[in-house]
Amino acid sequence: MASGRDDFVIAFRSAILKKKDKQRFSLLTLLFLSIFVLILSSFNLKIINYIKFGINEVVYRSSYLISIPENKIQKIKHQLSTHLEIYNKYQDIKSELNILKEEKLTNDFLKLENKKLRNLIKESVSSKEILAKVLIDKESPFLKSIVLNKGSKDNVKIGMAIMDGSYLIGKIIEINYTNSRALLLSDLNSKIPVMLLPDRIQAVISGTGENHGIIEYTKEKLDNEINEKDRIIYTSGIAGLFKSGIPVGRMFKKSNGRIDFFSKFTQLEYVKIVSFDLESVK
Amino acid sequence: MSSLNKSSFSKILFSYFPTLILFLSVFNEHDFNYLKIEYFSFNFVYILIFYWTLRSPNQLGYISIFLAGIINDVIMGLPIGISSLCYLLICSVTAYIRNITLIYNFINDWISILFTLLLINSIQILILDLIFNYNLDYLSYLINSGFTFLLYPLFYLIFNYLDQKILLQPND
Repeated sequence: MASGRDDFVIAFRSAILKKKDKQRFSLLTLLFLSIFVLILSSFNLKIINYIKFGINEVVYRSSYLISIPENKIQKIKHQLSTHLEIYNKYQDIKSELNILKEEKLTNDFLKLENKKLRNLIKESVSSKEILAKVLIDKESPFLKSIVLNKGSKDNVKIGMAIMDGSYLIGKIIEINYTNSRALLLSDLNSKIPVMLLPDRIQAVISGTGENHGIIEYTKEKLDNEINEKDRIIYTSGIAGLFKSGIPVGRMFKKSNGRIDFFSKFTQLEYVKIVSFDLESVK
Repeated sequence: MSSLNKSSFSKILFSYFPTLILFLSVFNEHDFNYLKIEYFSFNFVYILIFYWTLRSPNQLGYISIFLAGIINDVIMGLPIGISSLCYLLICSVTAYIRNITLIYNFINDWISILFTLLLINSIQILILDLIFNYNLDYLSYLINSGFTFLLYPLFYLIFNYLDQKILLQPND
């Protein structure tokens, strides 16, 4: 028994301490080095952050360059498939356009009314937009994030909203000098305060790791009520990061809180980084 | 002269093949780990490291594996060092298996990879969940480990073929 344990110890010690012909470091050294790096990266020290920024800059740019051929192929594939569907889409869009034209008239009136009401309560929301290109869109079954080509030199700040057209898709969680990382709404760690229309129910939605979200929190009494009809999800603006009323997604009735986002996170090429300021009208 | 150059170029290319594929798979946006098929994902890098460090350890250096881990963490947005730790733990297991094995047996390798996957994924989940407070989908990890285990024989055949090619490179 003791000899069996000794054999294990000898074999294991030899495995992690012995260097092979072409290995410059033993496994033990590198294992300790990676634990050391892991511990260091968890500290929020200035020098470590600078090193982290440097590594991020180099790796993101290299990854972007290496992914160019594959992205080109994917783009061609996507273009071909959209060309084949073009006629059917044209017919759909034509009828949709007529409906939208009618709705626009109502919307114009509502916009004016909203502006007037905001002026009455002496409040206005101003926003700054920065257009950014998606550098890396590496999907993972565990984490959903994208790397953008705008960073601290373009005044990007943590918490700024990421929008695809007028739809909310995520927020900035990491900033480097020339690039930044945005956490998508579909990530498990993403939590956004929202409002479910038409009943203006306040809720918190979370990502699922898939391409849809889920309602994580509402008041207990409303749990059954939210599944009774189709709903449109807008930001509530409660956390103060986003303004209220940014469209997020749609929830069909009896879908058990499943939210289908308006934007397709797999097709992102350019996005807007937006910051909102709630100002008082003088 | 040109054939001589060609031969030495292909020789170099073949000898660096595992390292090249390792860096391509961590750098490239196309993730072998995630093929956008629901309930299907496998970790190509784990298979690659497991096979080459077990069967042909001289073709894949530990330093390259360490650096690939750092790059993977940066691209995936994970705490820097966690992938390196997991990759090097695979190397530790394979180095141990090499030490205690006299004759290689595919079935032994296959069972060992299952044990290795469960071990490193558990360590990764523990670190991410308990220390860094990440929300993780445990089912995704389990599915990923399952398919990585099931697909090992396929990659074993491909890598074995390539390994033979590397070993059989003619001398000038």
